[in-house]
Amino acid sequence: MRNPLSKKITDIEPSGIRKFFDIVSEMKDAISLGVGEPDFDTPWRIREEGIYSLEQGRTFYTSNAGLRELKEEICKYQKRKIQVDYVPEREVIVTVGGSEAIDIAFRTMLDAGDEVLIPQPSYVSYLPCAVMADGVPVVIPLQQKNEFKLTAEELEAAITPRTKILVLPFPNNPTGSIMTREELEPIAEIVKKYDLYVLSDEIYSELTYGRQHASIASFPGMKERTLVINGFSKGFAMTGWRLGYVCGPAGILSQMLKLHQYAIMCAPTNSQYAAVEGLRHCEGDVRMMREAYNQRRRYLMHELRRMRMECFEPYGAFYIFPCIKEFGMSSEEFAERFLAEEKVAVVPGTAFGESGEGHIRISYAYSLDDLKVAVGRLGRFVDRLRSER
Amino acid sequence: MRKQILNYLEKNSRIDLAELAVLLDTDEVTIANEVAAMEREKIICGYHTLIDWEKAGVELVNALIEVRVTPQRNRGFDRIAERIYNYPEVTAVYLISGGYDLLVTLEGKTLQEVAGFVSDKLSTLEDVLSTATYFILKKYKDHGTILTRKTKSERMLVTP
Ligand SMILES: Cc1ncc(COP(=O)(O)O)c(C=O)c1O
Repeated sequence: MRNPLSKKITDIEPSGIRKFFDIVSEMKDAISLGVGEPDFDTPWRIREEGIYSLEQGRTFYTSNAGLRELKEEICKYQKRKIQVDYVPEREVIVTVGGSEAIDIAFRTMLDAGDEVLIPQPSYVSYLPCAVMADGVPVVIPLQQKNEFKLTAEELEAAITPRTKILVLPFPNNPTGSIMTREELEPIAEIVKKYDLYVLSDEIYSELTYGRQHASIASFPGMKERTLVINGFSKGFAMTGWRLGYVCGPAGILSQMLKLHQYAIMCAPTNSQYAAVEGLRHCEGDVRMMREAYNQRRRYLMHELRRMRMECFEPYGAFYIFPCIKEFGMSSEEFAERFLAEEKVAVVPGTAFGESGEGHIRISYAYSLDDLKVAVGRLGRFVDRLRSER
Repeated sequence: MRKQILNYLEKNSRIDLAELAVLLDTDEVTIANEVAAMEREKIICGYHTLIDWEKAGVELVNALIEVRVTPQRNRGFDRIAERIYNYPEVTAVYLISGGYDLLVTLEGKTLQEVAGFVSDKLSTLEDVLSTATYFILKKYKDHGTILTRKTKSERMLVTP
């Protein structure tokens, strides 16, 4: 028989997270700090609206780009949050999670050989999606000394005549880093200078602590070269509803819409109705969750300091990214031993790119009670490693 | 700061103050001082425990009683409310807008005890015009806490 598979897909590595997941699920009664989704249930108002939409028999396709009410609410939301005006009819597409938006953005914008700058450590899907779109991913290894933020020098050094898109993954999974307005400004200047486009993944925009989320799209001359990707998974605790969106210039979105239309048709209808309710009425729920994450973040930072583990303070998402270099082992070894000896799962930093080596990702999307148990075990583990050395 | 402390204590009054200080990004002394001050000012009126007595195997009868009364000259409802809330078996008394005046909640060991209280004590107060008693059959949620909590989370252990 002929090989059924394309070279493109077989060349793509399976996600490092997947590998780890398989080990963890083999293990009985392991506890986890390895989850990349909220521990909160979706706010009840939203769930109730989803139920109601089913009761009302709203079980048909919506228009391809999404429900009109939802697109309007998204545009109002973006105006409030990032001070950018988008036109509901042309400048937003409702997608199946931010995931779909990332995929169709690359497939719409890249020709073979076009380079995509991907700062790492970062979310696992940018690189394979760029490859499947015939793009050439070019990794920018971010540095701990910069708290894993992208600097103008790093960006400029990575640009070639083939560079077309810069992925801007902040607030960042897995590092928890955010980029402030001041830090984005020089990045925006370089993007304009070299005539690049930006895919700004702002899926964690609701989750910043004591710092305002800023979008690069809000700088002069940037709206027309930026796709802002966002969604309901993180801030609204709606991962399973599979709902996200992309906002950007009509000229790009009208072409993305073709792909979305042929490959997806439309995002889930009842999720869309539920999300309208979320945007209209659930600021309070989102704030409550943000405050809870913030408390856990402070608790974890406090405990890590007490253990004398090296860690910069993250101001976004729900991750911290401590350094484990002092123990003289790789992130993967550390994570595997921690799991084997203390039955706690964390994700090795390398699952998010080689520059994550020497770090582990700890998620605080867990109740304080769960965190306390896990932190107790981490303390014990760290003590043991130190006494071994 | 006070509001944040109260928000926390309202849900978990047993939290360690040092821990609360970490969660709220301040120091333990500040928290301890604020809590003490709020206790003095009777902002914090007590620390209670939410108990599912049914699970504890203790039978208790809870009732809600609507009471219509004649308000008294110069004192409105306060005097009559006081006469009711001083009974220890009364757990709450609220002045209510609408079809009746006072909502009284009551806790007793048996149905007879509660019924007896209503007929002997409450109805016989001279300003009480009428009462309507409702027995609580099941508590689903109390003080913001869902008592019939569902099973454990179905999140996967590791996700990107
Ligand atoms: C940085 C980042 N972007 C995008 C996604 C995709 O989210 P969704 O497809 O659920 O919107 C995730 C999920 O983990 C993420 O961490």
